[in-house]
Amino acid sequence: MLKYILHRIALLIPTLVGITICAFAFVRLLPGDPILAMAGEHGVAPARYEELKEQFGYNLPIWQQYARYVGEVVTGDFGVSISSKRPVLEEFKTLFPATLELSFFAMIFAMVLGIPAGIFAAIKRGSWFDQSLMGTALVGYSMPIFWWGLLLIIFFSGYLGWTPVNGRIDLQYFFKPITGFMTIDTLLYGKWDAFRSVLRHLVLPTIVLGTIPLAVIARQTRSAMLEVLGEDYVRTARAKGLSSARVIGVHALRNALIPVVTTIGLQVSTLLAGAILTETIFSWPGIGRWMVESISKRDYVVVQSGLLLIALIVMAVNLIVDVLYAVINPRIRAA
Amino acid sequence: MKKKLAFAAALLAASVLGGMANAKTLVYCSEASPANFDPGTTTGGNDFDASSRTVYSRLVEFKHGGTEVEPGLADKWEISDDGLVYTFHLHPGVKFQTTDYFKPTRDLNADDVVFSFDRQFDKQNPWNGDKYLPNLTWDYYTGMDMPKYVAKWEKVDDLTVKLTLTEPNAPMLANLGMDFASIVSKEYADQLEKSGKMADFSTKPIGTGPFQFVDYQLDSVIRYAAHPDYFKGKEKIDDLVFAITPDATARIQKVLAGECDIAPYPNPADIGTIKANKDVTLMDQAGLNIGYMSYNTTIPPLDKPEVRHALNQAIDRASLIKSLFQDAGATPAENLIPPTMWSWNKDVKTDAYDPDAAKKVLAAAGLTDIQLWASDRVRPYNPNFQRAAELIQADWAKVGVKAEIVNYEWTKYRSEGKKKDRPGAFQIGWTGDNGDPDNFFATLFACNAIGVSNYSSWCDKDFEDLIQKAKKTSDQGERSKLYEQAQVVFQKQAPAFLLAHSQVYAVVRKNVSGFMMDPLGIHRFDGVDKAE
Repeated sequence: MLKYILHRIALLIPTLVGITICAFAFVRLLPGDPILAMAGEHGVAPARYEELKEQFGYNLPIWQQYARYVGEVVTGDFGVSISSKRPVLEEFKTLFPATLELSFFAMIFAMVLGIPAGIFAAIKRGSWFDQSLMGTALVGYSMPIFWWGLLLIIFFSGYLGWTPVNGRIDLQYFFKPITGFMTIDTLLYGKWDAFRSVLRHLVLPTIVLGTIPLAVIARQTRSAMLEVLGEDYVRTARAKGLSSARVIGVHALRNALIPVVTTIGLQVSTLLAGAILTETIFSWPGIGRWMVESISKRDYVVVQSGLLLIALIVMAVNLIVDVLYAVINPRIRAA
Repeated sequence: MKKKLAFAAALLAASVLGGMANAKTLVYCSEASPANFDPGTTTGGNDFDASSRTVYSRLVEFKHGGTEVEPGLADKWEISDDGLVYTFHLHPGVKFQTTDYFKPTRDLNADDVVFSFDRQFDKQNPWNGDKYLPNLTWDYYTGMDMPKYVAKWEKVDDLTVKLTLTEPNAPMLANLGMDFASIVSKEYADQLEKSGKMADFSTKPIGTGPFQFVDYQLDSVIRYAAHPDYFKGKEKIDDLVFAITPDATARIQKVLAGECDIAPYPNPADIGTIKANKDVTLMDQAGLNIGYMSYNTTIPPLDKPEVRHALNQAIDRASLIKSLFQDAGATPAENLIPPTMWSWNKDVKTDAYDPDAAKKVLAAAGLTDIQLWASDRVRPYNPNFQRAAELIQADWAKVGVKAEIVNYEWTKYRSEGKKKDRPGAFQIGWTGDNGDPDNFFATLFACNAIGVSNYSSWCDKDFEDLIQKAKKTSDQGERSKLYEQAQVVFQKQAPAFLLAHSQVYAVVRKNVSGFMMDPLGIHRFDGVDKAE
């Protein structure tokens, strides 16, 4: 098992190198110049422009800039934001809990609805429920998040007034974050009404961010379940006279969940990508919005380090999923 | 179980009651997170709303809702006859804010003023460079040419400060009302330097302004409380909250839902909805901006004023403005400066639409082809360069001029466009900094701005003499006359096609009073009140 894990980790190294190159090249391929972007409408005199380029190190040959960047990253220095002048890692640590909290709820939402729906659709294969569910899943999967979010806001917050428009908590509540997770912090402070406010604020962004994973999980669960239900051992179990609930719940489900776990792991990157739009619409102070704003400010440092940090998280999650997969499915380890 | 439920219900009721507060809170849905809270180091309007206009004050201030300069921390000032020495007399007994991170031991004095400026240019000042924050650029201080004009700042006594200039420069006074000229506390700076926490200066601000900083949750909420010892009197609202809401549609929904009291920059598409809502008011004002199109006046036949006039006459400006700005609307520009600015010449009228007359002149001049420049960026003074270019292209085609549209990405667009030999017509615009006419005329059309921001490469002796004289004259009445004449010359020479001054909007709930639109594009909350 240890050998397997080490092997997976070794595989991550080239990926990591590739990511640093992509992150570094990507911001430089964007049209626009960070120094001109900083200077705004004014523009900047040519002499001053050269001076600033030197100050920021953008006058160096591109490979030297890259070497410098990698050297810094290896020592754990992710640089300082051009616009806010704060260390990138510090901003990331402040904002990441918000993204994680939202993603967590979105994933729970997707799993709690997606897995049962998929199972049910598989059992009732071909029924109107199955067909309408799979149709809805396809719609959900193709949903443009930005439009979906605004639609929900306008209907539920604007028209019905059921949910707050955006933000993480009502403005009347004010406390120093302990963990950065609002659901946990409000409980630690023992403020129940604040906790309820946090939950109310989570409803719409959770639905919006969870929509695509929900559709994917439902579809994946259904097809995995269908496959398992056709297996010999399921037929054997039925032949033994076990109840249908026991066959599905104990024998089929555990095996069907194996590919679903992988799917869930893969949805982490979907969540982080979706967070970019969801956070912007819902004024959610997380890393997705942070990246968007940094791109528009041409804050090279934040964009390249932020991309790298996000990639590291996705890779870590994938590693965990791989390992988990090996734990629940011993066949993998041997392979 | 029943007991537990009852207990929970009681707890809930108690906590709901406990949550009620009597403090008067104003919530502003701001459009973006501030980079930091030191206005000397930032450049965005949202940065300034969150720092300089709330926490800080300046020697002079702009009249609320206007561009005239009025006393601020300086009660009065004298300008020497040669226009080189400005002596400011500070208001006595001005208190800095007392917070949980700083307790001032003295009132504002001349040291604070000298420090506030020195730190922005003096390389020896520990606050000028990396020791304070990495990669500082002091963009506005250099952008407004302060290093060129300021010889030195001196303390005369505790309440008197002297500014010496290298050459007369009347717009200096307006510069001192700008955000970068906010007065910071030297005592606070010294304390942070000693404790080795210099970076806190940009995250935990201390000033003399109407509100004091309480807390900032990154990218989410900024909280302020009224400064109890504010030298112009404590504000009527107790708490000011900025709820950072980048999406324009969400921002407006928040005002409509009563989750915030004021929000800036609605989407033009939402303006109808806003107008129809009885709980909110849509406020608007012609912004301190101008959209225009520069002709390169050095390349024949565009070097002839009559050709430039003819090109202007060929454009159906009213339709163009309507198509570009749609519901948001815009004020057609008659002059380079907007009508909200002093010295605006009401007698000057730009070229009227007359394609027939234009056609004759253009045919005689032999102009058949022209480059017409457009970029991808949405600007406040022009929401769609490309669309504008297509409409102008169609208008010009009607008078026999074939326009080729040239496209570049925004930064490249500007660097290519300002080259002296750039051919044709170049769409651009400007948003004013300090409300001084010099900030438009000299910045955009002075001879020494060729290759920088004079996209017409236009250097006209009459115009130049007038604006340079106005720059060196201290008396505003006299300056105003000179600029009025300059506008006449500008209209006669037509170095550019003037498009419009766009409208700026804010959405305000009906129970809010005292909020004013500001031509400088800033949002101020001093003097604002809210009925419960």
